[in-house]
Amino acid sequence: MIIESQLKQRPFILAAEGVNKSFAGFQAIRDLSFYMDEGELRTVIGPNGAGKTTFLDLITGRTKPDTGTIEFDAKHELSRMNEYEIYRLGIGRKFQTPTVYTDHTVFENLLMSLEGSRGVFASLFSKVNGQQKDRIHDILKTINLSEKAEWKAGALAHGQKQWLEIGMLLAQNARLLLVDEPAAGMTDEETHRTGELLLSLAGKHSIIVIEHDMVFIRQIAAGRKVTVLHQGSVLCEGAVEAVQSNEKVIEVYLGRKHAH
Amino acid sequence: MKRAISRTEFLFIAITAFIVIVLLPALNAEGIISNFHLNLWGKYLCYSVLAISVDLLWGYTGLLSLGQALFFSLGGYMFGMYLMLVAGPFGQFAQSGQNPNGLPDFMVFLGHTVLPSFWRPFASFSFSTLMVVALPGLLALGFGYLAFRSRIKGVYFSILTQALTYGAALMFFSNDTVMGGNNGFTDFRYILGVDVRSASTQRWLFIASAVLLLGVYMLCKWLTGTKFGLVQRAVRDSETRVLFSGYAAANYKLFVFVLSSLIAALGGALYVPQVGIINPSEMTTEKSLEAVVWCAVGGRGTLVGPIVGAIGVNALKSWATRNCPDYWSFILGTIFILMVLFVPKGIVGGINDCSAWFTKWKKGREPDSTILEEITEPAASPSQS
Repeated sequence: MIIESQLKQRPFILAAEGVNKSFAGFQAIRDLSFYMDEGELRTVIGPNGAGKTTFLDLITGRTKPDTGTIEFDAKHELSRMNEYEIYRLGIGRKFQTPTVYTDHTVFENLLMSLEGSRGVFASLFSKVNGQQKDRIHDILKTINLSEKAEWKAGALAHGQKQWLEIGMLLAQNARLLLVDEPAAGMTDEETHRTGELLLSLAGKHSIIVIEHDMVFIRQIAAGRKVTVLHQGSVLCEGAVEAVQSNEKVIEVYLGRKHAH
Repeated sequence: MKRAISRTEFLFIAITAFIVIVLLPALNAEGIISNFHLNLWGKYLCYSVLAISVDLLWGYTGLLSLGQALFFSLGGYMFGMYLMLVAGPFGQFAQSGQNPNGLPDFMVFLGHTVLPSFWRPFASFSFSTLMVVALPGLLALGFGYLAFRSRIKGVYFSILTQALTYGAALMFFSNDTVMGGNNGFTDFRYILGVDVRSASTQRWLFIASAVLLLGVYMLCKWLTGTKFGLVQRAVRDSETRVLFSGYAAANYKLFVFVLSSLIAALGGALYVPQVGIINPSEMTTEKSLEAVVWCAVGGRGTLVGPIVGAIGVNALKSWATRNCPDYWSFILGTIFILMVLFVPKGIVGGINDCSAWFTKWKKGREPDSTILEEITEPAASPSQS
């Protein structure tokens, strides 16, 4: 009901409808529909194999849906575009296992991610200007890696790689951020800071966060909508408290972890 | 993206360039270095250019191409066509009056009386020189476009480039192609009106090879220092991530593939007049693999490595084939296995590792001074957590 009234007001930043995807007979995504407003911070949870990462793969063009549509900004049909075209629309992704350029320095990782031209010939003659340097140093400060700017990214600790990849998203200045398990491998304090960072970005950017850590979810999803995926489709959606007390959710997901 | 060249490096390059481009040819002109040795080193310089082209693909972009010998030979063949046309009127058939049109000898031997039309423009030196880069460049552009658009990667790319090389070699082996068949091109006589086999021409060809190598080295040095170089190495390490950083990896790979085909072709064009022969055995997969071995031995992912490897392995080869010809393949095989086992980064990579380790060790050996500093320092500021 709410969804329909919003549909008339303004376009969704992301609208997936009737999406199906199977891998060699395994139905990873089953008739999935998912709508998200601009500026929203949406947390997606669900047990292993619920299709969370596959959903991100579908949005970012890593795999193509068998049927269904995924529309970005009511203009672009993502299922017809490839990875870098989708990226250039302003959709950035942090992978589940931190994926940074290990042989490049932290600074170079951010430089490569900085918004701007991606063409071959432009890359030959592009120079780093002062503005870009300042921007990178700001990001380094935000992700707490200022001292390690000249380190090779491969030498960073797991949690720091996570931060670096988040920093790469910031550098890109994407409209839609897809953040897959940002808190994995972080200390409690780092996790909390990650949460604060994501909260500060909400509104300016639209963000989808996939997580398992319930403390972290309560932090970032307070007063916001949480989507529960199960066997490739949406099991329920709503406020974090409502979702947690939903019997179906407890049965498939929380029940295994938390004996509420 | 640091500054491309440090002061010491610049000095090193300048001195080496001076020795190779000026000093060695001058010593040759004075008769201190024999023509044979200068010629041999000219060959090594061309091999070094080929090795850099392999490294640009393999060491820097992660594309193991087994087709670089093809581009090298194509460059040689294109220039060889000019040399053959110039030599035709002086060949044995022309001397005995059996070749009124002055065709290259092999054509008369095959029963041709008029020059095939595609040969005609090659009578011009500038057209041949243009084709040295145009043909390999276009072939690389077409082949690369199809391969990279289809996202052919890793070992599949290697197999495909190998097939391309093999196919081309078969084509050049055939007499119907009118490219000299399995004998290829030989008996060159004149280049721009001077005797190609004279000591002074060979000296100039040596200088040209050295200048080419220097140019290629500086170009690659610059290229790897740009943002392009960053993306190039990122493609090597994590191609998927590159796509998710918004870069069309295929375009970057295509650029590198075409560029290294041009580099290899230029090396081949200077190689042919110096060795005096080009035939299809030069474009087989084994030749490509040899260049890969030079890179691996010298140190891939560095620019000095391929040069060290190409010169080192070939110098050893010419020594071994003169002194113990039966054992050469065993020697090369043993070196390659030992290198892969104990110095996987090659000679240059190994030296770099050693010096990094030594610096660390030296630092570790001087703990006393740092402790002293800490002690003499005023009490650590509490603000530093």
